[in-house]
Amino acid sequence: MSVEFLISVIITIVGASTPILLAGLGELVTEKSGVLNLGVEGMMLVGAIAGFATVDMTGSPWLAVIVAALAGAGVSMIFAVLTLSLRANQVATGLALTIFGTGLSTLIGHGYTGRPIKPFTTIFPDALALHPIGRVLFGYSPLVYFSFIMVALVAWFLNSTRPGLILRAVGENDLSAHSIGYSVIGVRYGAVAFGGAMAGIGGATFPLVLTPLWAEGLTGGRGWIAIALVVFSGWKPTRLLAGAYFFGLLGTLELYAKASGTVFTALLPSEGWAALPYLATVIVLAVISASKSGGGNAPACLGRPFSPSA
Amino acid sequence: MRLKFEKRPEPSRFMLYATPVGAVIITMIIGAILFGVIVPPPSQGFVATPAVPPPVDLGTILSGIGSHLSFGLQAVYQVFIAPLVTSYKWGDIAVKASPLILIGVGLAVGNRAAIWNIGAEGQYVVGGLAGVGIGLLTQKMTGVWILPSMLLAGLIGGAVWGAIPAALKNWFNVNETLSSLMMTYVAIHLMNHMVTGPWKDPSGFSFPQTPLVTPSQTLPIIVPGTYVHLGVVITLIIAVVVWFLMSRSLFGFQVRVVGSAPNAARHGGFSQKATVWMVFLLSGGLAGLAGIFEVTGPFGQMSLGFPQNYGFTAIIVAFLGRLNPLGVILAGIVLAVTYVGGDLAQSSLQLPNASKGIFQAMMLFFLLASDILIRYRVRFISNAPAPVASAAAMRSPAE
Repeated sequence: MSVEFLISVIITIVGASTPILLAGLGELVTEKSGVLNLGVEGMMLVGAIAGFATVDMTGSPWLAVIVAALAGAGVSMIFAVLTLSLRANQVATGLALTIFGTGLSTLIGHGYTGRPIKPFTTIFPDALALHPIGRVLFGYSPLVYFSFIMVALVAWFLNSTRPGLILRAVGENDLSAHSIGYSVIGVRYGAVAFGGAMAGIGGATFPLVLTPLWAEGLTGGRGWIAIALVVFSGWKPTRLLAGAYFFGLLGTLELYAKASGTVFTALLPSEGWAALPYLATVIVLAVISASKSGGGNAPACLGRPFSPSA
Repeated sequence: MRLKFEKRPEPSRFMLYATPVGAVIITMIIGAILFGVIVPPPSQGFVATPAVPPPVDLGTILSGIGSHLSFGLQAVYQVFIAPLVTSYKWGDIAVKASPLILIGVGLAVGNRAAIWNIGAEGQYVVGGLAGVGIGLLTQKMTGVWILPSMLLAGLIGGAVWGAIPAALKNWFNVNETLSSLMMTYVAIHLMNHMVTGPWKDPSGFSFPQTPLVTPSQTLPIIVPGTYVHLGVVITLIIAVVVWFLMSRSLFGFQVRVVGSAPNAARHGGFSQKATVWMVFLLSGGLAGLAGIFEVTGPFGQMSLGFPQNYGFTAIIVAFLGRLNPLGVILAGIVLAVTYVGGDLAQSSLQLPNASKGIFQAMMLFFLLASDILIRYRVRFISNAPAPVASAAAMRSPAE
């Protein structure tokens, strides 16, 4: 196996891991505040079409990332109003958000199907970014570096800042946080919006970086993997990073199985490789949930509506 | 002025049944506006925008608003009304409603127990696969036993796929929402493999599809001139039987207690684990039966287009039907109308088919938003704190 091949494999894995890492980080913060939003897939798709349309209109991938974040946060507010202000069931509302986002992105994206855009490439000079070895460090889209920065930022925010402590308190014991005088609903609105923005950027990674053209439902269930990833991580940002790259590796195996055939498909048909990330999610969830440390880390108020009078 | 929610002494039965109707009506109104605003660009997608925009005056603005609004109204008409006023579409509605009702009834039971099976789509696919397996073995045979054994295989196939998240939840404490959904993707990839590989029709011109079902493997048509098959009748019978079980039997009581008062259920000797098993075997089995009904009915085979999102739409059906099997029948018909209407809107307005999902999701949004009206009364109150007044209001027997 040549070094060049190895480098191209690494680059593919990084590409496959980035969207689920971004969306997973957002969901992690949302869940830390005690809210379970199952609408990640829908928010990713809305972010994806928002990002695509922005590049198509303005040519600016930077603006596209901002618009995608705003679009993701925007649709997440539907979820927030329903579950936080109107105390609707979080599971059902999240599912509805995914169905809604899928439909909305398809409707808006209808006229864009198959249309190519300019991909969001590296910010480093070609001497580094196209260097056969150097590209393993410098050849990525800015979104990849952004995802690493966000892992550090989220970990720092949750563990070392006062607002992060308040957010965790709201997720662990909403009634106590409320009685001390913190706005439980306000904190949760913020956490849901952050989750939506990160899912929006994660979704936009598909048309901006991975497949620079529009295709219906192009996230292909990655939003659900991102949610599973949060459980996998035990609600810890650094473990989420490891998990995202593990699932990215599995997703990459599928690509290579399809492309190169023979070696891979002798072991398992290509549909088997395609099913592997989902099957692995189930197996990993079983191992994590069975062990004592896994499920015990879940925020105590996860999924429960907050009603101070009750 | 601000909103205040006051807990009702008892949940309002009027709101329980009025809110689903209200949700459908509000969906139609907001849907008309939404689709008016997002008129999809022409599907060619390469129409260049003119460099100099045309001059804008009040007339063009008004006619622009008019054409947008009229497009929104047309979209709503095509999706919600046209299938109902076109009598030859009624058969199609019944055929589409059947899987939605069958799956929705099972999910309604699960949601009553606060057990979240969102993988019905996968159980539907595996049910279809299991039935096709029997179908391939009996291809050269005739007999009245063939169809029932395929249906039984579908039921068992769906139940087995549903048993996986149940086992994972009971044995390893795995969240059933995620595992049931992940198994759906596995099921669809398994189906893709079987349909393009081992079970591909050898005389099918290399199309990815299984052989057509034989006459002995086909559900009889019960309304001549339509596609309304025996499965539609079986679906309705099952819905009524499950309604009876849920409202009149110990099983129904157990499911409701486990869902609404887990601690009381434990003290009463109702096993949470047994409930998980029963719920998943029932909802998985019914989804599997819906799958094999589609194979032996409208589809006549399995192909890559076999998964029709019925398993996901049925989640909306269960909620819109208020988790009551009889309500699920009505809700299934409403959602089936949007399926048939979605096809109509696609051919007449070039709306992409998935946009019916927007209407479907909006129905669920508005329903969930209005749920609070069942348990709470909404009051507009002034900003001045008036604890005495509100306490008095809470005591007044207004029901």
